[in-house]
Amino acid sequence: MSIPQTMLDKLWAAHEVVQREDGVSLLWVDRHLVHEGSHHAFAKIKERRLPVAEPDLTFAVVDHYAPTRGRSKIADPEISRMINTLRENAAENNIRLYDLDDPRQGIVHVVGPEEGLTLPGLLLNCGDSHTSTHGAFGALAFGIGATEVAHVLATQTVWQRKPKSMRITVEGALRPGVSAKDIALAWIAKLGTDGAQGHAVEYAGAAIRGLSMEGRMTLCNLSIEGGARFGLIAPDETTFAYIKDRRFAPKGAAWETACADWRGLSGDEGAAFDREVALDASEIAPTVTWGTSPEQALPITASLPEASDVPPAKAEAARAALEYMGLKAGQTLEGTVVDQVFIGSCTNGRIEDLRAAAQVLRGRKAKIPGLVSPGSAQVKAQAEAEGLDQIFTEAGLDWVASGCSMCVGMNGDLVGEGKRCASSTNRNFKGRQGRGARTHLMSPAMVAAAAITGTLTDVRKLLEGQI
Amino acid sequence: MAGWSTHRGRAVSLPQANIDTDQLIPARFMSVPRAQGYGPYLLHDLRRDEAGDLKADFPLNAHDATSVLVAGRNFGSGSSREAAVYALIDAGIRAVVAPSFGDIFAANAVNNGLLPAQIDEASCEMLADKLGGRSQDIVIDIGARSLLLGSIGAQFALDDSWALKLINGWDDIDLTRNHGVAIAAFKNIRHQTTAWAWPSGAD
Repeated sequence: MSIPQTMLDKLWAAHEVVQREDGVSLLWVDRHLVHEGSHHAFAKIKERRLPVAEPDLTFAVVDHYAPTRGRSKIADPEISRMINTLRENAAENNIRLYDLDDPRQGIVHVVGPEEGLTLPGLLLNCGDSHTSTHGAFGALAFGIGATEVAHVLATQTVWQRKPKSMRITVEGALRPGVSAKDIALAWIAKLGTDGAQGHAVEYAGAAIRGLSMEGRMTLCNLSIEGGARFGLIAPDETTFAYIKDRRFAPKGAAWETACADWRGLSGDEGAAFDREVALDASEIAPTVTWGTSPEQALPITASLPEASDVPPAKAEAARAALEYMGLKAGQTLEGTVVDQVFIGSCTNGRIEDLRAAAQVLRGRKAKIPGLVSPGSAQVKAQAEAEGLDQIFTEAGLDWVASGCSMCVGMNGDLVGEGKRCASSTNRNFKGRQGRGARTHLMSPAMVAAAAITGTLTDVRKLLEGQI
Repeated sequence: MAGWSTHRGRAVSLPQANIDTDQLIPARFMSVPRAQGYGPYLLHDLRRDEAGDLKADFPLNAHDATSVLVAGRNFGSGSSREAAVYALIDAGIRAVVAPSFGDIFAANAVNNGLLPAQIDEASCEMLADKLGGRSQDIVIDIGARSLLLGSIGAQFALDDSWALKLINGWDDIDLTRNHGVAIAAFKNIRHQTTAWAWPSGAD
């Protein structure tokens, strides 16, 4: 009998062109997504006079620098230049571009799945660490740097040593007000931001199977915040239902063949993982970060750690984080005054995220200003068809166009120095949302709760009508 | 890219964990063309005050000609931006010594001739203590996976394939083009057996 294989084993074997003597594999890339930040890579291949090997497998999206307002006349010449450079590189190399005025434009990790470019069993690369998002479909998807992007452009392959395997099993059911974002922050808080370094994380268990594709994408997206370059979830009927009839998805007989192939991707029973971690979904509460690393996260009901609560190796980081965040050890998280909110990003900018936030905001007013940037133009259109935009604007929040926006601040959507932002994004790093900005990561529903009270708030109280 | 196997330079300690790539180079500087040099942006917001002037008390600012950083765990975590490596290289850094590195950062580093030398926590702490706020001579030997700071020697871990690449200054695109026939054959078979893997219905 053959050795039982994990999904990672199967995906790896299916893409391995050659393996060198030192164990490093050359892998075939099925989809390559590029964005404005890929300019270094295009410059590299141009310098060597190399063409793009597979333009039909390469897709370009304007997202990192996409203005969320006033698109017809971009005021900042640097932003204009970045977007124009991508336009030129796409045109010169015959690459399909999702430009600012495209009704399908959006954040690369929202557009790929929406368009049916992301499929189970594919290997997908993008010069962006949140490429792990696409693993939610059972795809081998990982972020790469500019030199690797140039390599994929020139050869449609990538060199990579197979990572170790890790399984995070989440059994039980999530409680009301708790989402995929909270699962992610909970495991990262438990294992650390380098907890899964060198590993591909496969998520399994009843709570994972119960997640929508949007939730699965949120979870896989955040794998990199726990150090894992890859997140993976076995494809199932939820996956197939999401993909069916999407623009670039297989159709007709090819669809049937594809589904049959995809059903075989799940790991074999008894397949061994290098590392196993188990979580109980019912024990996960709405979770909020308090520091400057995603591992510095706690249930909203908790108090900020005293020096004695933190392991010695992490004590100095905790002290520095509290200082940067303008918080005091021992104070409760709940009630912390917030200056503004942001809902969006490749982590939580999908339709289900907007619905969850709108459910909390419906009929209520925000006490503080905020920005809602849908993950794509299609998400925006869908939300408007459902009237969600009305809920946000009537609450007093700004409803704007799609892009990476205030998650990374490259398009000018920034949080001011010393300002505190409740954010549905992925990184609370120092200065991530702007120099001196103080970011608290949380689910979109929790961001909506913070908008209403102007403080960090347990969304369950709003959902239960206590506030 | 020129390879290197030994390096004699000056080391400085940056005793912080989780120095992510957003800190190594804030996003607002990433539209700059590489030819202009990324050195001035290295750790910009930690090193410089609001006016953009260097803070005298920051370790990297207090010493000239630093070429090796000794840092805390999880160095280079976060964003895949290779600009973080460009900033280090352009500022004259040849190696970073730390207990662990972000996976994408480490790969980017090797692709640009920057050594990510992974060493155990205890040795790293010893080096940091030895350095304190000072700058000292250091010798690094990639082949032997060893470094020597004054009287303190330490071994570091580095993937064999990465060591070869750093020493030879190899460029992957050239190596890969030697596999052109295998790649073409692979594509052909995949197209026959897994046709659904190609985008359908493109209009």
